[in-house]
Amino acid sequence: MPKYTTVSIPTTLHRRIMKMIERKEGFKSASDYVTYVLREIVAMHETEKVPDPFTSEDVEKIKVRLRALGYL
Amino acid sequence: MRDQLLPVSKETAVTVTNIATGVLSPLKGFMNRADYQSVLDDMRLADDTPWTIPILLHVPSDFVAGVGDEITLVDESGAPLALLAFEECYRISRKEYAEKVFGTSERSHPGVAKLYEAPDTVIAGDLKATFEPRLPFEGITLTPAETRVLFREKRWREVVAFQTRNAPHIGHEYLQKTALSFADGIFLNPVIGKKKPGDFTDEVIVDAYRSLVSNYYPANSVVLSVLHYEMRYAGPREAVLHAIMRKNFGCTHMAIGRDHAGVGNFYKPYAAQEIFTEFPDLGITPLFFREFFYCKKCLGIANEKICPHPADERLNFSGTKLREIFSSGQRPPNEFMRPEVVDVIRSHHPAFVE
Ligand SMILES: [Zn+2]
Repeated sequence: MPKYTTVSIPTTLHRRIMKMIERKEGFKSASDYVTYVLREIVAMHETEKVPDPFTSEDVEKIKVRLRALGYL
Repeated sequence: MRDQLLPVSKETAVTVTNIATGVLSPLKGFMNRADYQSVLDDMRLADDTPWTIPILLHVPSDFVAGVGDEITLVDESGAPLALLAFEECYRISRKEYAEKVFGTSERSHPGVAKLYEAPDTVIAGDLKATFEPRLPFEGITLTPAETRVLFREKRWREVVAFQTRNAPHIGHEYLQKTALSFADGIFLNPVIGKKKPGDFTDEVIVDAYRSLVSNYYPANSVVLSVLHYEMRYAGPREAVLHAIMRKNFGCTHMAIGRDHAGVGNFYKPYAAQEIFTEFPDLGITPLFFREFFYCKKCLGIANEKICPHPADERLNFSGTKLREIFSSGQRPPNEFMRPEVVDVIRSHHPAFVE
């Protein structure tokens, strides 16, 4: 599997990004910048979708142990 | 299809437990070749999730298994730990692993030495069933599910994690409390497991922390629980794994100090902070700290960022120095370590790993 693929962004946005990263340290290219920003946003959207993993029964069982150990 | 037994080391047994309880989530088993290579090259799993240290199951080179085989992992006493659904067997280059993960292949690095002791054949597969392990310090060991429920019950929204492999001196305490000032609670999570000679023993670390917490922390601001885990001393890459594990425990922030997870002079003092710029999608926010010291002019604990005074006014908290003081039967001064913590350490024989 190749490591990189291409997505299209408007040339106006590309110019804007290039202008910005010229003045900002840390990004080597527009691709670097886009990857960084997308990872940040995608991770945020993914965590919003994670359902609560515990049933109320699980929680009660856990609380019993936490009380027995003096944590609650 | 064959069913076979595979005896594993104490450290691998701990890894099995950590996979099973979600400390190493999203891993469900030992890494396949695609994930392994991606971790080495890009510090991410093959699905792009941040991950910096390979989690491998080393086996003897003559080990044979086929897809679909179920392998029972057993501990040193022969007790079953887990069933592994065999996926693939592959060989790794220990040199490549060492250079990419540790940044060196020098055998004087303890993580590299350990890697070269292990066979270069590994097997991959998810854990299908796991059995309740017997771990030391059971009463002070919590799973991620338990800490998440606990933090919720305490109504903590912002929880900062503190990783340690030491008995706490005043510098540690100030770092923790500086972090705590901006959070609802702190999760003190000392690492229990194989250590280097000269490190404090696990018993000392646990008792010292219990004493610090009961004497110097408001009751509802701290949770103390140990992490069973073998240090790799991989510096920056390991700092990221430490953060991922604490995120799994439900923490929102992680304190990263000077030379986190480092050893000797292998890593630049703040490399373990710089690496975090690669991970905007980590899901836990690192909090960076400079080193704390006692300043005679400031009349208190300070760090480079807030104290303008020269080095000869400063008393550094050095682990080596502390060890010397304890080994010669003396007490460190109160500017160095809380007297209650000193008492606990002096009550242990030996206090250090031999
Ligand atoms: Zn000062």
